[in-house]
Amino acid sequence: MAGALLSIRDLHLTMKSFDGEAHVLNGIDLEVRRGEIWGLVGESGCGKSLTGLSISRLVPSPPARYARGEILFEGSDILTLPMRDVEALRGKRIGMIFQDPTTNLNPVYRVGEQLVDVALAAASHDPSVLDCAANAGRRERRRAARRLAAEMLGRVGIPDAKTRLDNYPHEFSGGMRQRVLIAMALIGRPDLLIADEPKTALDVSVQAQILKLLKGTVADHDIGVILITHNLGVVAQTCTHVAVMYAGNVVESGPVARVIEDPAHPYTRALMAAIPTKESRRGSLNGLGGRVPNLIAPPPGCRFSPRCPLAQPDCTRAVPPSVAVGRDHWTACLRAKEIEGVAHV
Amino acid sequence: MTQITDPIPADTARPRGDGLRRAMFRFRQSRLSMIGAGMVAVVLFFTLFGGLLAPFPEHVAGGVDTANRFDAPSLAHPFGTNELGQDVLSLVMAGTTVSVLAGFGVVLIGSAIGTLVGAIAGFVGGWTDEILMRLTDLTLTIPGLILAMAVAAALGPGFANMVIAISLSWWPGYARLVRGEVLAAREEVYVTAARAIGAGPGRILFRHILPNVLSPIIVKMSLDMGFAILTVAALGFIGIGVRTPTPEWGTLLSLSRSYMPDYWWTAMAPGMAMFLAVFGFNLLGDGLRDILDPKARR
Amino acid sequence: MLYFILRRIVLLFPVVIGLTVIMFAIARLLPGDPVALAAGPNATQAEIEALAREFGLDQPIWTQYANYVAGLVQGDLGTSLLTRRPVAADIAAYLPATLELVFAAMFIAVIVGIPLGLVTAVWRNRWPDYLSQILAIGAISMPRFFLGLLLQLCFAMWLMWLPLGGRFPIILIPPPTVTGFLTIDSLLAGDMNAFATALRHLAMPAIAMSLSPLATIMRMMRASTIEVMSQDYVTTARALGLPKAKIILKYVARNAVSATLTVTGLYFGWLLGGTVLVETVFDWPGLGLYATKAIISQDMLPVIGVALVIGLLFVLANLAIDLLYGVINPKVRYS
Repeated sequence: MAGALLSIRDLHLTMKSFDGEAHVLNGIDLEVRRGEIWGLVGESGCGKSLTGLSISRLVPSPPARYARGEILFEGSDILTLPMRDVEALRGKRIGMIFQDPTTNLNPVYRVGEQLVDVALAAASHDPSVLDCAANAGRRERRRAARRLAAEMLGRVGIPDAKTRLDNYPHEFSGGMRQRVLIAMALIGRPDLLIADEPKTALDVSVQAQILKLLKGTVADHDIGVILITHNLGVVAQTCTHVAVMYAGNVVESGPVARVIEDPAHPYTRALMAAIPTKESRRGSLNGLGGRVPNLIAPPPGCRFSPRCPLAQPDCTRAVPPSVAVGRDHWTACLRAKEIEGVAHV
Repeated sequence: MTQITDPIPADTARPRGDGLRRAMFRFRQSRLSMIGAGMVAVVLFFTLFGGLLAPFPEHVAGGVDTANRFDAPSLAHPFGTNELGQDVLSLVMAGTTVSVLAGFGVVLIGSAIGTLVGAIAGFVGGWTDEILMRLTDLTLTIPGLILAMAVAAALGPGFANMVIAISLSWWPGYARLVRGEVLAAREEVYVTAARAIGAGPGRILFRHILPNVLSPIIVKMSLDMGFAILTVAALGFIGIGVRTPTPEWGTLLSLSRSYMPDYWWTAMAPGMAMFLAVFGFNLLGDGLRDILDPKARR
Repeated sequence: MLYFILRRIVLLFPVVIGLTVIMFAIARLLPGDPVALAAGPNATQAEIEALAREFGLDQPIWTQYANYVAGLVQGDLGTSLLTRRPVAADIAAYLPATLELVFAAMFIAVIVGIPLGLVTAVWRNRWPDYLSQILAIGAISMPRFFLGLLLQLCFAMWLMWLPLGGRFPIILIPPPTVTGFLTIDSLLAGDMNAFATALRHLAMPAIAMSLSPLATIMRMMRASTIEVMSQDYVTTARALGLPKAKIILKYVARNAVSATLTVTGLYFGWLLGGTVLVETVFDWPGLGLYATKAIISQDMLPVIGVALVIGLLFVLANLAIDLLYGVINPKVRYS
C-alpha cells in the first residue's frame, strides 16, 4: 500500500481565552490511508472537531495557535503551506461534511446554485472535474457544472435530481439535505473526506442510510475518510479504524474490531461499559465518574489519570507514550499491560 | 445506540463578583466607552456647575454688553460674542444644565411610563396586553418629533411643558422592551418559586421580575440620553420650548442662523456642545450595551 | 401572497382611527386658542367667534370628530386655519418634496452604508474598522440641523458651490409635473439644466438627512455580516474551497442585507417624521416645514393630516420591506 494520505504528527493546538491559554490539542497522532474509514470518538470538547477543522486550516487563529506538530497531506505540511495552496486543496482534494443539515446550506440560494459554485471552484484548480473543454466559456462551464450537480444529487440518492436542483434548502427534508451536503463535498472528487457529526442526535434510520452511503463512496472511489462522532455504535458499524480521544490526546487507536473487542486504555473501557446492552438492567447505566479536565491548567502527565481507576503515582509524571499492544493497535497508557488481564472496569 | 453524556461544565456556577469583575474588565478594555464615560463626566460636571463657572455670569442672567457685539473669538471670548454682546461660551456652559436636565427628565419619565405599561401588559396578559400594546404601536406610528412639537406648542413655552411633550412620544420603545422581558421572566423558576410561597402579583412584579429586567432598561436609557438631548435641542431650534433669556443650545443655534456667514462663531459653540454631549452619551451607551446586554447588539 | 397584502391593508383602518383619535384629543383637549391666533392680534371677540363658527370649532369635540371622520372617508382632511386651503390639497402639494428628500437620503444611506458595513466587517478589529466605528457613532450623534448649518456655511456661503436652500428657483420654469419629484420630472422632460438645478438644491439637505441612517445601516450591516460569517454554511463554503471574494459578495452579503432591511424600513418612517429640522434649515417646501408652520400657529388640522399621512406611509413602507424580505429570503416567502 502506498504512503499515508494524511498523517498528523504530534499536533499541539492552544486557544487563547479570557482565563488563559487552553491546551486543546496535546499531541495528536493519526495516520489515514486510502480505503480506510477512521472514526474519531470522544466526549464533547475533547478536540475531535478541532482536529478535523485543522486539517483544512479552518480554525481561526488567533485565538488558535499551532504550537507544535505537523499535518502532512500527501507529504506536504498543511500548517506551513501558503494559504493560497490550502484554499486550492479545500473542496478539491479535501472534502468536508458538517453534518448538521439545518445550518450548513445557505437558506437563500437554490441547492443547484450552491453545488455549481463548489464544482466551479474545484474546476478552477483542476479542469478535469467538469466534463468540458478546459478553455470552455463561462456559460458552457456553468452548464457542465450543473450537469455534474444533477449527477451527484442522483448518485447520493435524491430522486428526480434534475428538478430538485431548483429547490431551496428548506424544501428538502433533513435526511435529503444531508445527502445534498454529501454531494457538495464529493462534487470536487476529493481524496480525503472529513465528516463531522452534529452535536444533536439524528433520526436513527436516516443516520443509518447516510452511513451506508458514505461506506459505498469509499468503496467506489478509494478515498480516505475521517468520521468525527461521539457515538461508538456508529463507529462499530461503519469504520475500519478508530481513534479514541480524551482531552486533546489520542489515547487509543487501531482497527475497529481490535479496539472494541479488546480495549487497551481505561478510558475506552469506560466508554464501552457506558453502552447499555440487552442484559443491563433498567437504570443501571454505567456512567463515568468525574468530569473532563480543565484544559487551561490540565492535570500533569496522563490527563485521564484523575478519573482513572488504575492510576498510579507515575501516571502524573509525563504524558504516557503510545505503545503497541497489537498489530496497528496503539494505546497511550502505562498500565496497558495490566489492563489486558483485568476484567472490564 | 449510546451517546457519551456531556459532563457538567466545571464553571456553570460563577460567583456574582466574578461576573462583575469580568464586566469591568470588558468595559475598561473598550477604550471607546472609557472615552465616552469621560465625556459624560465632563457634561455632568457642567450640568451642575456650568452656570457658576461661566466667565461672564452676568450674561447668563440676561445682561447685555452692546459695546462688544459680534466680537470674533479672542482670549477673553474664546467663542466670540453674540448679537447682544454676550459671551457665547458662558451661555453654552450655562445651557448644559437645561439641555442635559431636560434630556434626563425625558428619559426618566419616558422609561417610567413605558416600563409601567410594558410590565402591566406583559404580566397581566390577555385583553389588557392587547389594548396596551395596540396603543403602543399606534403611538410609534405617529412621528415623534411632530407629536412633541404639537404638544409643546399647545402647552405653551417652559421647561416642564417641553419635557412632558417629548416624554409623550418617548415611552413606546420602553413599553415594548419591558413587555418582552417580562413575558420571558414570567416563566423563570424564581418567579414560579415566589408564586409557590404565596407572594402577591404586585410583590412578584416589583420585587422579583422588574429587578431582573433592569439591565436592558438601563442600557436603553443610556443609549436614549443622547437622542433625548438632541430632541430637546431640536425643539429649541424650531422655536418651541424654553424661551430666552434662559440659555439653551438649540435656541442659541437657531438665533445664530440669522447672522451667518459673517458671525459664524455664534453657531460653533452651541453646535459643538450638542454634538460632544450626544457623542459622549452614545459612546457610553454603546459600551454599556456590549457589557450588560450582549445579545441585544444590533 | 395577495391575501397577505390584503390583510395588512385591512389592518390599516384601526391605525387610521387610532391616529385620528389620539391627534384629535391632543389638538382639542390641550390649552391654547388657535382661533384667536389665526384671527390675528387685532380681531374683536365677534370676529373670533365668527371664525370659530366658520370652521365648526364652536361645536362639541364629539361632533367635530364625527364631522372630521365623515370628511376623511371622502378624502377631506379639513381646512387649514392658516392657509385657508383644504389640508388635503396642501399635503398633496408638499408631499412630493418630502418624499424626494427622504428617498434621496435613503438612497445615499443604503448605497454607501451597506458596502461600508460589509467592508468593515471583513476588516474586523483592524484600524479602518475602529475608525469607522468611531465615525459612525459620531455621525449618529451629529444634530442634523447643525450639520445642515455647517454644510450651508461651507458650500453655500464660503465656497458658493451650492444654493443656500429652497427646492427650485422661482425665476426658472420647473419641468412639467409627472411624479412630483423634480429630479425625475426634469429627466423625463429631457431638460438636463433643470435636472442639474434640482440636484444641486437636493444635494445638501439629502446629505444632512442621510448621515445618521447611513451610520446606522453601516453598523447594522457590519453586525449582521459578522454574524453571518460565523454561520455554518459559510464554514462549509470555505471548507469546500469557494474563493473568498465569492463567499463574501455572494454567500454572506445577501443574507446580511436581508437582516439590515428591517432597519432600513424603520428608518424610512423615522426620516419622514424627521424631515422637519432639515426642511427648516434648508427652507425645503415639504411636509415638515408645513407642519412646523401649522404647529407654531396651533392650526391643528394640518398637523393631524400630516401625522396621518406620515403614519400611513410608515406602515406602507414596512409592508414593502416585508415583501422585499420575502424576495431576498425565500424561506419567509409564504408566511
